[in-house]
Amino acid sequence: MKLYLHYLSIHVRSAMEYKTSFILTALGQFLVSFNVFLGVFFMMERFNNVKCFTYSEILLCFSTVLISFSLAECFFRGFDMFPSMIGNGEFDRILVRPRNTVFQVLASKIELTRIGRLFQAFIMLGYGIIKSGIKWDFLRVLTLVLMIVGGITVFAGLFIIFAGLCFFTLEGLEVMNIFTDGAREYGKYPVSVYGKTVLTICSYIVPFALFQYYPFLYLIGRDVPVWYCALPVLTAMFLIPSCLIWRLGMKKYQSTGS
Amino acid sequence: MKQYLSFFRIRFQTGLQYRTAAIAGISTQFVWGGMEILMFKAFYEASPGAFPMSFEALTSYVWLQQAFLALFMPWFWDAEIFKAISDGNISYELCRPAGLYEMWFTKNMAIRLSKAVLRCFPVLIAAVFLPAPYGIMLPGDIQGTVLFLLSMLLAFGVVVAFSMLIYISVFFTISGQGIKMISSCLAEFLSGAVIPLPFMPDGLRQLAEFLPFASMQNAPLRIYSGDIAGAAAWQVIALQLFWLVFMCAAGKLLMHRALKQVVVQGG
Repeated sequence: MKLYLHYLSIHVRSAMEYKTSFILTALGQFLVSFNVFLGVFFMMERFNNVKCFTYSEILLCFSTVLISFSLAECFFRGFDMFPSMIGNGEFDRILVRPRNTVFQVLASKIELTRIGRLFQAFIMLGYGIIKSGIKWDFLRVLTLVLMIVGGITVFAGLFIIFAGLCFFTLEGLEVMNIFTDGAREYGKYPVSVYGKTVLTICSYIVPFALFQYYPFLYLIGRDVPVWYCALPVLTAMFLIPSCLIWRLGMKKYQSTGS
Repeated sequence: MKQYLSFFRIRFQTGLQYRTAAIAGISTQFVWGGMEILMFKAFYEASPGAFPMSFEALTSYVWLQQAFLALFMPWFWDAEIFKAISDGNISYELCRPAGLYEMWFTKNMAIRLSKAVLRCFPVLIAAVFLPAPYGIMLPGDIQGTVLFLLSMLLAFGVVVAFSMLIYISVFFTISGQGIKMISSCLAEFLSGAVIPLPFMPDGLRQLAEFLPFASMQNAPLRIYSGDIAGAAAWQVIALQLFWLVFMCAAGKLLMHRALKQVVVQGG
């Protein structure tokens, strides 16, 4: 942990060396997701509700997904960049160091520019909390926290899977972006908006609904069992296959030789 | 003219080599299109009356948008050009016996076109075979089709001419990061890439329809689906032509200015 904090401070300092670039990239992150927000805003203004979700409820849902995605991308970016790490032989250097490989990949890159997106997500979260009229009690606050943590877990799991698959393919699998970018892009509305099939896929195959939909229903006070709020905990199970793939890949790994 | 053609050919053929990337692109486009349509369906069911275009028109819009993404995506930049300007390689480009503006213009067209050619057919074919309200509808009459093709061509030109303006602005600012970002975000939203223009509230919508961004994907996609038809379509096409000519002229003028005072900083 201490070592990770040290890495973190290195990343912060190196980002601050290029202040203009940092600010511009962060601003860019903000603008891109602001476009998505505008889209939601105009749609909700025109239609008032979608599948019985109101504007403030949608914003709550959107902001939790965006917060988890930004945090996951910020801290697990190393796995996202993993193809290039394998390609240029950087990973061989990691193997000779006396530390856990997952840890080193994790610490190799921390993308602080995601703060732009995070900033917007928190504004939306604040607005959603004020306007949605939820009666906040301890359990609801806990649910919200669990949703965000669960989201980070799922995204982190996905990033690790992609990186693990790179051991076999030696190059990036762009197809996999469908899951991460897709969830960021379309997670703005609760999964049920997209219909039954999508909801099933997102419940059992890639567990987006476990943190984004079911606990969300509890959060906004729909008539659902209380245990829905504990579902994000289940996302931890998603880390099992992802770590397995990583292990398997590590065993098979032969350097690219460059 | 001949040198531009060969430039175009070289770029186009290089672009065609990236087939794995294209497969990834195609599957992404499928999922995106599907999710987009499911999302709009939910809104349609919420209140059909508030839906500003017919549902079939919307699905055609979405599929065409996904199929021809590479032609119209406003966030795509040729990194080589930015690099050439900031690291001084521009001096080599200037030695070539061809106009810089025309050369870059053809280069950009070729890259986008090669990407689009690789990606559009699977998406279009699959969309044609999807059941009625979800797939793409076949073009209505011959006149509509001709208008669509014409508008498509102009939209493509407008997109490239617009990105040329951004490339040229880097002559004055050296770092393109900021302007690149802001312009692509503006263009993305106002060209109807996030939500089609009819879904925007009155006022903003009228304004957006007059801006050059509406002459990008908004125009041909809505003409195809019949959302804009008849005399209105001709008006839109005229506006597209105006913006194309205007932006090319502005681009050439600015480029002329920039090249007069270009300073290659060592290297």
